[in-house]
Amino acid sequence: MTDLVRPALAGVDLHAPEHEEHHGPTGLLKWFTSTDHKVIGMSYTITSVVMFYLAGIMALLIRTQLASPNSSLLSFSQFNALFTMHGSLMLYLFAGPFAFGGLANFIVPIQVGAPDMAFPRLNALSYWLYLTGSITMLLGFFTSSGAAEFGWVAYAPLSNAANSPGAGPDLWIVSLLLTGFSAIFTGVNLVGTIFYLRAPGMTMFRMPVFTWNMLVTGILILIAFPVLTAAVVMLFADRHFGTHIYETTGCHMVGHPNVPAACGVPVLYQHLFWFFGHPEVYILALPYFGIVTEIIPVFSRKPLFGYKGMVFATMAIAALSTGVWAHHMFTTGVVLLPFFSLLSLLIAVPTGIKFFNWIGTMWRGQLSLKTPMLFSLGFLFAFLMGGVTGVMLASPPIDFFTHDTYFVVAHFHQVLFGTAVFAGFAGFYYWFPKMWGRMLNDGLGKWHFWLTFIGFWLTFMPQYGVGLKGMPRRVASYPADLGWQIYNQLSTIGAFIIGLGFLLLLINLLISWRNPVPAGDNPWDGHTLEWFTSSPPPHHNFTHLPPIRSERPTWDYNHPEAPALHHGVPVVGNGNGHHPRDPGGNGSSGKEEKVPT
Amino acid sequence: MRDESVFLIGVGVFFGIVGLIYWLTAYEDAGGVLLLGTCFLGLVPGLYYYYWYCRFHGRKFFFFGQVGKAVGPRPEDRPDATLAEGAGVVSAFPDSSIWPLVLGSGAFLLVLALVFGYWLAFPGIGLIITALVGVTAESRRGGHV
Repeated sequence: MTDLVRPALAGVDLHAPEHEEHHGPTGLLKWFTSTDHKVIGMSYTITSVVMFYLAGIMALLIRTQLASPNSSLLSFSQFNALFTMHGSLMLYLFAGPFAFGGLANFIVPIQVGAPDMAFPRLNALSYWLYLTGSITMLLGFFTSSGAAEFGWVAYAPLSNAANSPGAGPDLWIVSLLLTGFSAIFTGVNLVGTIFYLRAPGMTMFRMPVFTWNMLVTGILILIAFPVLTAAVVMLFADRHFGTHIYETTGCHMVGHPNVPAACGVPVLYQHLFWFFGHPEVYILALPYFGIVTEIIPVFSRKPLFGYKGMVFATMAIAALSTGVWAHHMFTTGVVLLPFFSLLSLLIAVPTGIKFFNWIGTMWRGQLSLKTPMLFSLGFLFAFLMGGVTGVMLASPPIDFFTHDTYFVVAHFHQVLFGTAVFAGFAGFYYWFPKMWGRMLNDGLGKWHFWLTFIGFWLTFMPQYGVGLKGMPRRVASYPADLGWQIYNQLSTIGAFIIGLGFLLLLINLLISWRNPVPAGDNPWDGHTLEWFTSSPPPHHNFTHLPPIRSERPTWDYNHPEAPALHHGVPVVGNGNGHHPRDPGGNGSSGKEEKVPT
Repeated sequence: MRDESVFLIGVGVFFGIVGLIYWLTAYEDAGGVLLLGTCFLGLVPGLYYYYWYCRFHGRKFFFFGQVGKAVGPRPEDRPDATLAEGAGVVSAFPDSSIWPLVLGSGAFLLVLALVFGYWLAFPGIGLIITALVGVTAESRRGGHV
């Protein structure tokens, strides 16, 4: 087929034959100077997974401390620093960057048929700011006063100069400055790439759902991160430059002697933080929804059920998530409860649509329970449980009762573990062959999954119970006579089972490094463009492209007898459903192909 | 271009409405200002894309009148576009560049100066200026492409 060659690709550098055989720097210099989105994506992935392991070790220390009442393994100060850094590393340095810096950076340009990100040097700068920001945050452990101890939210006035003195909190603040800009630049890059660098025929409503979700995430980043960055700059100014934005001590009385007009407002920090913080939760969820939406159709041998429903549900979740920030502040008594409760409850509707569509995609499909699919299924269960308790917490009467207890801890860990860990590592196993050109061992991967899955439930379900019994979060010690011990012990055992699972991942990576099994271009019989190019992809991603006539261009090209879709129009005569990996030829991939919209 | 502009203008309209409801019911300033800002964050680029949509399609852009000749949608906006239609220079992509690392290191030292002492700002600003000059020169040369 002659029209496979995309001349536009040569348009990157039409007359330079050496273009395909790239002569850039190699070795270490490549990692320092490359502006290739694939190299940057891999750097992001490696760095964020390292952050994940560091934060995981902190979690295990926290759980060990809490396994027995009146424990003295850690000092209160060490415990505070550990939960602060565990949360900060997981949320700022792992879950977000792993999704939008690692996987999206690598995958989105390939999925839309682009040669690179729209702003490659900006992309590289994003990574360096992220890396230096990560180092800055970890430097806190090496200061004389230790790392920050005010939780990952750094509420004023706890985070002011009097209550949190020292260099550790300052390092925490400036590290968010660096990573904040890094995220903003990545958001700009994602939106620019998706709007301007799509291949011919790749209309907006043919983009893979992962790319759609990254577009919406990019907009959310642009909404949320500047607010955080501004909020922490003002926090720094309050701490060091004598401003009174959140600060209430040492105010000048202006005007009426009883009205401190020049005084700061601590709750303003909460407004600013959560105006970032709640969209951030969805910045940490939507990419992972996208990953699962890529994996489930491929491992069900069916097109996605309800493509447009998925896209609009993503938009609805993102839009609503920006109007719910003060549900974190119900107990402050200064927010409009009905407004925030209603919008929070509404988020369950588009999320429910997504669940319906995921199940609809699997319905009567030929499920292939490989590791990525298992992790995706694990995500469905985990996120559902976290989501249901989220609906409960959106109701102010329940929130007043459970606020700042382990019930909330269990809720958000189930949500974020569901997304960033289950769906995140589903994506890791799914795209690892594309990134590195080699497979991960599926058997070990399944062990990794089951240990993580069992450990997950064992860790977090007891936390609901102990939360309802009144155990507050962020306490380093508890008395023995309250009946909290058994819950905490179960939780600790679960955490170590998860730890064991992730040890298996390390072994798996080691095996893949020492005894590589070549992946081939398309090991999963994937649907989207990244499975059309080689593994790992060449410089500027493609030597040629298939015609893009549906959401599944690679599938259409590899299965001309069973093209799924023609932009929402059903194809008559789907063929016999023959499938290369289905030697009997009795697969249902042809028969089951219905128009999803 | 149409879908992109509708998407962004939709962001603006949604947050305009939510912001208005919030402003009228919550009596709280911070959230109102933030929602207004978010409304503009959608509207400003959304209208920019709508302007380009009007240019491509020879349509009137509000009171500016017709802003361009109708050249039709871009190949990536047409479901029937062939790959050959995407021919031509997509963009110039830098190959490899040391300057993002230098700029990032400069920013690193600059923020550390806020914590450990202002003397760190001097090498930091030095690196940033070097990187800005370097990246400008690289862009003007065309780099490696």
